[in-house]
Amino acid sequence: MSSFLLAYMPIDSPIHRLNAVTKLIFFVVWSLVAMITFDTRILAVMLTIGCVIFAISRVPFRNVAIPVYLILIFLFLNNVAIFLFSPQEGVEIYGSRTEWLHLVGRYTLTWEQMFYQMNVTLKYLTVLPMALLFLVTTHPSEFASSLARIGVNYRIGYALAIALRYIPDIQRDYRHIAFAQQTRGLDLSRKEKLGTRIKNAISIVWPLILSSLDRIEKISAAMELRGFGSQKKRTFYNSRPLATGDYIALALLAVLTFVALYVTFHDGSRFYNPF
Amino acid sequence: MHKTTERKVPVIEFQNYSFQYRSQAEPTLYDIDLNIYAGEKVLIAGASGSGKSTLIQAINGLIPHFFSGTVTGSLKVMGKPVNELGIHEISRMVGTVLQDPDGQFIGLTVAEDIAFQMENEAVPLAEMKERVLQAARTVEMEAYLDASPHDLSGGQKQRVTMAGVLTHSPDILLFDEPLASLDPRTGKQAVELIDRIARETGKTIVIVEHRLEDVLHRPVDRIILLHEGRIVADMPPDELLSSNLLSTYGIREPLYISALKHAGVHVTPEMRPASLDSIPLHAIQKPLNTWFQMQEPPSQNRTGPALLELEEVSFGYEADQPVVKDVSFTIHRGEMVSLVGKNGAGKSTLTRLICGYIRPQQGTMHLKGQSMQDLSIKERAYTVGYVSQHPNQMISKPMIMEEVGLGLKWRGIPEKEIEERVHEALRVCGLYPYRNWPVSALSFGQKKRVTIASVLVMEPELLILDEPTAGQDYRHYTELMSFLERLNRERGLTMLMITHDMHLMLEYTDRALVMSDGRLIADAHPSDILSDQTIVEAAHLKETSLYTLAQKVQLPDPRGFVHRFIEVERRERNADVVVSARIHAH
Repeated sequence: MSSFLLAYMPIDSPIHRLNAVTKLIFFVVWSLVAMITFDTRILAVMLTIGCVIFAISRVPFRNVAIPVYLILIFLFLNNVAIFLFSPQEGVEIYGSRTEWLHLVGRYTLTWEQMFYQMNVTLKYLTVLPMALLFLVTTHPSEFASSLARIGVNYRIGYALAIALRYIPDIQRDYRHIAFAQQTRGLDLSRKEKLGTRIKNAISIVWPLILSSLDRIEKISAAMELRGFGSQKKRTFYNSRPLATGDYIALALLAVLTFVALYVTFHDGSRFYNPF
Repeated sequence: MHKTTERKVPVIEFQNYSFQYRSQAEPTLYDIDLNIYAGEKVLIAGASGSGKSTLIQAINGLIPHFFSGTVTGSLKVMGKPVNELGIHEISRMVGTVLQDPDGQFIGLTVAEDIAFQMENEAVPLAEMKERVLQAARTVEMEAYLDASPHDLSGGQKQRVTMAGVLTHSPDILLFDEPLASLDPRTGKQAVELIDRIARETGKTIVIVEHRLEDVLHRPVDRIILLHEGRIVADMPPDELLSSNLLSTYGIREPLYISALKHAGVHVTPEMRPASLDSIPLHAIQKPLNTWFQMQEPPSQNRTGPALLELEEVSFGYEADQPVVKDVSFTIHRGEMVSLVGKNGAGKSTLTRLICGYIRPQQGTMHLKGQSMQDLSIKERAYTVGYVSQHPNQMISKPMIMEEVGLGLKWRGIPEKEIEERVHEALRVCGLYPYRNWPVSALSFGQKKRVTIASVLVMEPELLILDEPTAGQDYRHYTELMSFLERLNRERGLTMLMITHDMHLMLEYTDRALVMSDGRLIADAHPSDILSDQTIVEAAHLKETSLYTLAQKVQLPDPRGFVHRFIEVERRERNADVVVSARIHAH
């Protein structure tokens, strides 16, 4: 369950010790660079570095396996869709056409298209380790403070933190409701037909929504009473000053960004063209 | 406060104050005139719907700033009119500890939750950490600063909330039903903690609670009794307990007071009845002894054949960590049994085992002599019905008829028969007149009845009720419990009730099962259990004041005294029911 939700896992590693702000900046800049560049060499290097950083974090792969597999499936579907809707994209970008296999009608596999789609896939794969690391190595209570530090309104960051705080409570409500309804004869097993099962699930979801709405009113009254939103700025109990490790990480990021953007743009195009 | 400087300074002043919520047809508070003075400790008591929570919301500014409605008259806090202040300015003078410690725990850790208000006021980090530590020490939670809310008990969460309020050192502290979700022992500790804070800081304390006896465990200066939005009494506890006002307005008087009245003692303010310790012995010893001698020892109870048998049942969610260990007991047809123990003792797990939601790893269970091994949840539901603590967690249909018939529909019963059985169940539960109402129009107690009806309609032989009286005042409690008692007597329905409520266990059940750390540590008559210090400690219960009273006057058989008192109360209650039934028949 927790691996599915990408929950924070306490492990003592250099990555876990980094300040949440550093990790957030790293993740955002890293993703921007990966989005901008289409240079295969840069993407390959970044992917390698990403995998190394993931290894340093000592997060066991099985903790993130389910989301990774889901993303791989999505990437595959994405590739199929790109080919279906614009099979000649690569030819237009790279300005040449090297046919490899004719399929049917206007669908011909070209080396250019395959190279282009490989680059798209690489971009996603490059962002993936950083996104996962940010989620599983940042303590939830530092989320809100890190967002506020980079200028996001603290109300938005806090909404996120509150959601994290109450997810286990809502899961517990769900279990109680499911138990109570099953003792009245509600069948959630596979024995029932799909249509019935969906209808039955509503018998759990409806009380869950009502009890969650109740909860929200209570929480907002409690927050109001304790001065939430009364000031423009707010301090965070969990905010920490940046340490040496953070400066090193940010310096590395700066160098990497500079090199990546220089290599990408020095010839006037963000596409690396081997053709 | 020093005598020479003592001058009564009002910190809360209600003048001719009325309030009507926007969604309600009538005002919730009428013509409130009330002054609360600096350093006072005041208890506000009243039945559900008496307006006591609304009074709290008026003082902390949620009214009119969060809940809108019409205010007339005036309310000043620390000399300033509430309607001219913002909710945040008020929160610096008035700290509120709300009813449900779960719902108001906002932080992801204890320290963050304590710091929440300081964070919002942008207090610098170093100062914040210092003040968090200080507040945590006051409530003895400094060892848990990094703990997450899910690792804390209800009592600990409440302490954290108190610490959060204390960081701002407000002049007034409000407690909205602080005992509502705590077990008896934790409740007692909460009352002690509030008293310590009051004495050490000299702050003004306002407690809203209907569990009078539990709050009076530590002295209060005044009790204000609310009824239907009006103040009906405002006097020191000694005076109030000597009057009949409590029973008139549906608040339960302390059990030892009821016992004294039974014994023919005329309770007067001079006896200082607010605490059992201060009542002079000479005034009560003789009448109690005479009364005790006059009562016959209670008769033995009838029991039918075995309905549910558990033998050496064990279960754990993880290997080597059993939550239920070697539990054996038999419930006989027609019994009313209570199941008690502190949170996490294994009561809920036991319920889930009986209903078939989980399976025992060891041991056997029999239902009507038949092994339960191969029975699914659905099959067990023909014999065992379960009523959840929170009615909102069971109700999934907007209309009452539909909701009550839902289980039968899932069972595939024809429409015609469902309608007949639903009507019958609604009649039994006194809900027939409301059958075409939407569920949302019902009160909490009525919703509870809807959930009971929706289980009764399945015609179970054993009813398991999880905290049937939680969140209900004395009147609703009595109504519901007499109703369940009637079901037991007239229909022979067997009941197992999970509860924290000492009164329920003592007055309505003949047998209590006590669990502690997964084991069954006692299976005896409730009055024996509440007189046994070891079991009371282990299960987080509280010794009944009846037993303390009997010991105080040195009766030869204190347990026997408790038994007899309960018998007398039951007989009177049943007589009342018969009388009121006759009146209704005419």
